[in-house]
Amino acid sequence: MTIDFASFTPAASLAGGVMIGIAALLLMLLHGRVMGISGILGGLVRPTSGGDVGWRVLFVFGALLGPLIVIYLLGRPVAVQPVADGMLLPVAGLLVGLGTAIGSGCTSGHGICGLARLSLRSAAAVGIFMCAAVITVYVIRHTG
Amino acid sequence: MLRSLTIIFIGALFGAGLAIGGMLNPAKVAGFLDIFGVWDPSLAFVMGGGVVANFIGMRLVQRRRAPLFAGSFRLPDAAGIDRHLVGGAVLFGVGWGLGGLCPGPAVSSLVLVPGDVGLFVVMMLAGLFGGRVLMARRTR
Repeated sequence: MTIDFASFTPAASLAGGVMIGIAALLLMLLHGRVMGISGILGGLVRPTSGGDVGWRVLFVFGALLGPLIVIYLLGRPVAVQPVADGMLLPVAGLLVGLGTAIGSGCTSGHGICGLARLSLRSAAAVGIFMCAAVITVYVIRHTG
Repeated sequence: MLRSLTIIFIGALFGAGLAIGGMLNPAKVAGFLDIFGVWDPSLAFVMGGGVVANFIGMRLVQRRRAPLFAGSFRLPDAAGIDRHLVGGAVLFGVGWGLGGLCPGPAVSSLVLVPGDVGLFVVMMLAGLFGGRVLMARRTR
């Protein structure tokens, strides 16, 4: 195993992670909701009979503001380098949407929230999607 | 009003955390997933920091009967590890590996590179819709 020390950002990534964890905590403490983004978006595209769309819109609005606030405060851009283009990107999007709807969660819901609640179901989901993602990147980068 | 502002604040804290942590950069995500190549373990620190911060706080939250601005805590139903969970996680993992974007970062990076992630997000929302229709019709 070779570590990519040139790209390694443990302090910034830990800080970002703690911010995400505190956000998840506040959403549960104040509003009693799990901060799962696929679930929040899923309730927007196909609302349940109870409605409850308003808070989801507000959350997404905030999530869009967040990176802009970081850019303003730090005074430099946030790095975004795509890895997929052409037909690959929409296919990836479809798989992410389908998979998180069928698997009841994504990196935030199963990862940050499920693991913190010691949910066995979430731990299984995280293990499986991590393995599938690692294998996918391996196939793209190291085969063929 | 205060209730709405707190939700916007929480969303912004989440989006800012993604940006600072490096989650908005698909190249960094691919570098994290590429454990058999030149590996960048940074995003394990995002996951670790997020889980530990949430875990510690949840000990205190769980002593409360109800959240501050809502009637009750809405936690997922305790279902087992079924074929939907496994199959869905596989599909999601493949999509995450292909595009380097999971749902939160896909949304938050819309303000940074709308042209690059716009189509991804549209297809992701279509997939979420289709998946929820499937799940509503499922037979257990």
